[in-house]
Amino acid sequence: MTIMLSIARNEARRIFVSPLAWTVLAVLQAILGIVFLLLLIEYAQDADSERRYTGVADYIGNGLYGFATLVLLMIVPLLTMRAFAEDRRSGSLQLLLAAPASLVDIVLGKFLGLTVFTFAAIALIAVMPLMLLVGTELDLGRIAAGLLGLALLMMAFTAAGLFVSALTREPTIAAVGGFGLLLGFWLMQVLGSQSGPVGEMLGYLALTGHFENLKRGVFSSADVAYYLLFIGVFLWLTVLRLDSERG
Amino acid sequence: MTPPNLLDAHGLSCRYGPHQAVNDLNLSLKKGEILGLLGANGAGKSTTMKMLAGVLAPSDGHVTVNGISLVENPKAAKQQLGYLPEQPPLYPELTVVEYLRFCSELREIPHKARTDAVNRAMAECDLQSLSKRLIGNLSKGYQQRCGIAQAILHQPAIVILDEPTVGLDPIQIRGIRRLIRTLGSERGIVLSSHILAEVQTVCSRVVIMRQGRLVYDEPLSVADGKGFNTVLVAFARTPDLDELAAIQGIDGITALDDRRLRIAVVSGEDPRAAIADTAVARGWGLNELHAEFRTLEDVFVRLTARDDDALTDQTTGTAA
Repeated sequence: MTIMLSIARNEARRIFVSPLAWTVLAVLQAILGIVFLLLLIEYAQDADSERRYTGVADYIGNGLYGFATLVLLMIVPLLTMRAFAEDRRSGSLQLLLAAPASLVDIVLGKFLGLTVFTFAAIALIAVMPLMLLVGTELDLGRIAAGLLGLALLMMAFTAAGLFVSALTREPTIAAVGGFGLLLGFWLMQVLGSQSGPVGEMLGYLALTGHFENLKRGVFSSADVAYYLLFIGVFLWLTVLRLDSERG
Repeated sequence: MTPPNLLDAHGLSCRYGPHQAVNDLNLSLKKGEILGLLGANGAGKSTTMKMLAGVLAPSDGHVTVNGISLVENPKAAKQQLGYLPEQPPLYPELTVVEYLRFCSELREIPHKARTDAVNRAMAECDLQSLSKRLIGNLSKGYQQRCGIAQAILHQPAIVILDEPTVGLDPIQIRGIRRLIRTLGSERGIVLSSHILAEVQTVCSRVVIMRQGRLVYDEPLSVADGKGFNTVLVAFARTPDLDELAAIQGIDGITALDDRRLRIAVVSGEDPRAAIADTAVARGWGLNELHAEFRTLEDVFVRLTARDDDALTDQTTGTAA
C-alpha cells in the first residue's frame, strides 16, 4: 500500500516536472477557454436561449463538457503513453519490477499518479463555469455532476491508455493505439443508434453514452458503476499483460 | 559445515518462443563471493541476471534468495536483492537526490533512515556534488553511478550488476571496482562483464556461459595461470610418437606439423623433464618446450570459440 502511494507520488511528480503536462494543461485551457467564451456570447445574443435551456448551467454543461470530452480523448493517450511504453524503452520499468512491489502496486500507482493530473485538469475546467457565479445563479449540483462525469470519463480514458501502453515499448504506438481504442469506444455510440440487440449492447458499452446523464445532472449509480467497471477491467488487463511479460 | 548459499539457482531455463536463451543453469553464490559472469554476446548473461533479480520469471527452474523462493515470496526475496540492469533504470527528469529518495521509498527503508541511506549511497558512488542535478543532464558515467547507487541503497545481501563499468572512464572504473570489492566482503555479488581484465581483478569465481548453458564454473585461481594441461614441444627432427606417448603423465599427442606437437598432460603431472630427457637420449634435437598456462583469456576463447564451430555445424546441417 505504501509502495503504491510512493509510486503514485513519484509518477505525479514526474508528470509535473516534465514540460508535457504543462503544455497539455495550457493547450486544454486555451481551447476550452475559447469554446467557453463562444458559448457564452451565443447564449447572451440569443434572446430565446433562456426559454430553450433550463439555465446557464444546462447550456454550458452540454457545450463545454461535450467539447472537453473530445479534447481529452486526444490528449489522455499522450500522457499514458509514457507510463509503460516509455519506461520500458528507457529501462526504468526494471526499477519497479526489481523492487519489492507487486504488479498491482505498480499499475495502481501509475494510475493514481495520472489521476492526480486528471484532477488538476478538471479543477482548471471547473473554474470556467464557476466564474459565472459572479454574475448569475448557477445550479451547482448540475455542474458538479458534469465534472464528476468528466473526471470518471478521463479516468476511464487513462485506464484504457495504460493498458495500450503496457502492450508496447514504443511511446508513439502506445499513443496512437490508445487513441484508436478510445475512438472505437466512442464510435460504439454511433453504432448503438442502430436498432436490434447488437446495437443496444454496443450503445450500452459506449464510453460517452453514460456521460450524457451526468451532463444533464442526473446522477445514476449505474453510470458511475459502468465507469468504475471499465477502469477496473482495463487496469486488471494491464496487470495481466505485465505478468505475462515477466514470465 | 559450509555456510549456506546466499543465492541458489536451480535448473534455470528461459525460452523466448523457439529460442532457448538460457538452458538448465545451476548457480550458487556464497557470502563474500564476487561471481563474474562471462560470455560472448547473446550467451544469455543478461537474461540470467534478470531471472536472478526477479524481473523475468524463468520458464523452468527456481531461484532462492537466502532460502526464500523468488517465485513464492517475491516481496521478501526482492528485499535482499539489489539489481543494476544493463541500461540503468533512471528517471531523467528527476534530480539525483529525488530519484534515490524514491528508490528508498520503493525499497521500504524506514522513514527516519532514508536520508542517511541516500547520503551513504551517494557518498559511496561519489555523487554528493551532483545531488541537485537532473539525471538527464549527467554524463553516461555518472548515470551509471546513479544506477549503482540505486542497487546498493538498501544494503542488500546480494547485488546483481549487469556490466557495471560500461561507459565509465578509467579512474571511475577503478573507483567502482574498489567499491565492488568493499561490498563483496560482506555480501554476495554477481557481475557480468565482457572485459576479462575486470573479472580478473575483481572476482573470486568465474562462470562462463555459452549458448545459454553454463560451461565453466571455477574459482579464479584455477584459471589464473596456476595450472596447465598442455605442453608445446618442437623438435629439429621428426620424433617417434609412440615412444613419446609412453612417457609417464602424457595423455595424448596432437601433431601441429611434422616436428611441432601439442601434448596433453594428465591433470597434476608434469612430464616436461621426461620429454627433454627422451629427446636428448634419442637425438631428436629439442628446439622448444613449454607449458601452455591457462589464462582466463585462453579458457574464455577456448570455450566460446566453439560457439562459431557449433553454429557452422548447424548451418551446414540444415543446408544438407
